[in-house]
Amino acid sequence: MIEIDNVTLAYGDRTVLRDISLSLSEKRIAIIGANGSGKSSFARLLNGLALPSAGAVRVDGQDTRTHGKDVRRKVGFVFQNPDNQIVFPVVEEDLAFGMKNLGFSKEDIARNTTDILERYNMSDLREHPAHLLSGGQKQLLAISGVLVMQPDYVVLDEPTTLLDLRNKRRITRAIEALEQTVILASHDLDLLRDFDRVIVFDEGRVIADDRPEIAIPIYVDRMS
Amino acid sequence: MLDLYFPGTSFLHRMSPGPKMLTLMVAATLLFINESLVLTVGALVIVLALYPVAGLTMQQAWKQIRPLLWIFGLFFALQWWFSGLTLAAYVVLRLAALILLASLVTLTTRSSDMIETMTRALGFLRPLGVNPAKVGLAISLALRFIPVLAQITQEVREAQKARGLERSVIAVAMPVAIRTLKMADDISDAIESRGYRS
Amino acid sequence: MDTKSIVYIALFAALTAALGLMPPISFAGLGLPPITAQSLGVMLAGAVAGPRRGGLAMLLFIVLVAAGLPLLAGGRGGIGVFLGASGGFLLAWPLCAALIGVLVQARPDASFVTLALAIGLGGLVLMYACGIPWMAFVGKLGLSKSLAIMVAYVPGDLVKVVLATLIVRGLRRAYPTL
Ligand SMILES: Nc1ncnc2c1ncn2[C@@H]1O[C@H](COP(=O)(O)OP(=O)(O)O)[C@@H](O)[C@H]1O
Ligand SMILES: [Mg+2]
Repeated sequence: MIEIDNVTLAYGDRTVLRDISLSLSEKRIAIIGANGSGKSSFARLLNGLALPSAGAVRVDGQDTRTHGKDVRRKVGFVFQNPDNQIVFPVVEEDLAFGMKNLGFSKEDIARNTTDILERYNMSDLREHPAHLLSGGQKQLLAISGVLVMQPDYVVLDEPTTLLDLRNKRRITRAIEALEQTVILASHDLDLLRDFDRVIVFDEGRVIADDRPEIAIPIYVDRMS
Repeated sequence: MLDLYFPGTSFLHRMSPGPKMLTLMVAATLLFINESLVLTVGALVIVLALYPVAGLTMQQAWKQIRPLLWIFGLFFALQWWFSGLTLAAYVVLRLAALILLASLVTLTTRSSDMIETMTRALGFLRPLGVNPAKVGLAISLALRFIPVLAQITQEVREAQKARGLERSVIAVAMPVAIRTLKMADDISDAIESRGYRS
Repeated sequence: MDTKSIVYIALFAALTAALGLMPPISFAGLGLPPITAQSLGVMLAGAVAGPRRGGLAMLLFIVLVAAGLPLLAGGRGGIGVFLGASGGFLLAWPLCAALIGVLVQARPDASFVTLALAIGLGGLVLMYACGIPWMAFVGKLGLSKSLAIMVAYVPGDLVKVVLATLIVRGLRRAYPTL
């Protein structure tokens, strides 16, 4: 469970999230809201990339402020632009990066790499240069790089925004199949119709927090 | 990434990068110390003879020299005018021998092997606070993002073409530099959220 | 060294490589040698990334070139470029970026002219101060003749200093926290 306890987040003198208290325990949670409403800032709080200016964020009871390392191990993060998340020139090197950081053994690294590439039908891309992958393959590699670290939660920040329809579907299926708890920030309403819970942000506040069939119309209404 | 390496199986290809670099350094120093035109010509002939030995052609040797022809011409003319033909020939042939020799190392060594050797050699600098793992990360990141930024540069040039600005340095370099700075923050976040502790 | 610094070092090395892909600006009409946008990378690295990150970014760049990657304008690379006539200019890049960084950091609110002066001192004066002696050495030319050769490059390099200054000021407007 992730608890957000009276959190305010400010960059300098600019407050972007105000007084938020939420307890996230469902398996599929979506964050929606207009551009600039604070979705990414909220997502970054969940794995300690951003620390609250006031209040606290706890993942399974561990404060992101004091247990940054443990929290990052538990909460994987997938960014909007896979090009910025893939940090090694070759597919298998990139997959190994997170595992090396966590001190996995050579055998585990090799096995997890083989498994994840098989899972996403990318086995023949193992030694491929990352920059020659298609947009969808890049996003799958970014997701894979997070999954091989075996997190309990996966936070995804608009993972389909930069993709065409076909790759969007591919990523959607991949997200649906995750066994982890998923927290997804997205504009892609199709992606989250089957979610357990949808939280709507507006100017740094939560304006709705409910099942999709109730929360989505509130968002659509606010947008029009 | 594409490097200047030319695949082969010669003894130069098989030689490991460290000794190859050392040999090059010693040979270059000797060439600089030596003042004799005859010895310089001899060195040049030996270097040229090594090209076929390494499975390389004379065209490949010529390609190393061609971009420098104008500077060779300039040096030759200046030396001839001020100091005579012998010195002019000596200076230009020495430069040619040096560059052909260095190119021989580059053509027969994979850049990845060279980088690995250089990173390993950095271990000696550990007492000075150099951390080879961090150097390795910086190198990997650079190799990863050179093609990304090259592509962004290409995209920006195409976008500016419509406005007739594809050759304007500012109209191209500025957006590319802005994208670079924006990426820097995201990449740092991505690295840290994948468990990297600096 | 923190993660951000490692990323900046890698990205400014990569940016310098990318700038090498821009076609050279030709001054043929004036009978001057063409200039490449690549050494703008040196000036931007120093002025934007700071002395340490900028200097190390340029060191990384020349290490990759020496390792055999064709990252110099025109697809050149390898160890040979450092032994040639312009080797000294290249080897000076880390120092130049570091000097620009130090000068720019000392005057964060510099006017256009002051900023251009800082960039010019590092990107032109120091670069020539390192490059010309090397050129004199490999060509056995003596300093004065080498200096005379380089005079043809001064106008182009001055243009670059102005361009770099404009770009740095533009970047600061886009990124006030720089
Ligand atoms: N590093 C930052 N510094 C200052 N302001 C920021 C920063 N990151 C985001 N913001 C601001 O915070 C607000 C929320 O941004 P963000 O969380 O990215 O929203 P979203 O992801 O919903 O588009 C925006 O107004 C944005 O400009
Ligand atoms: Mg966002």
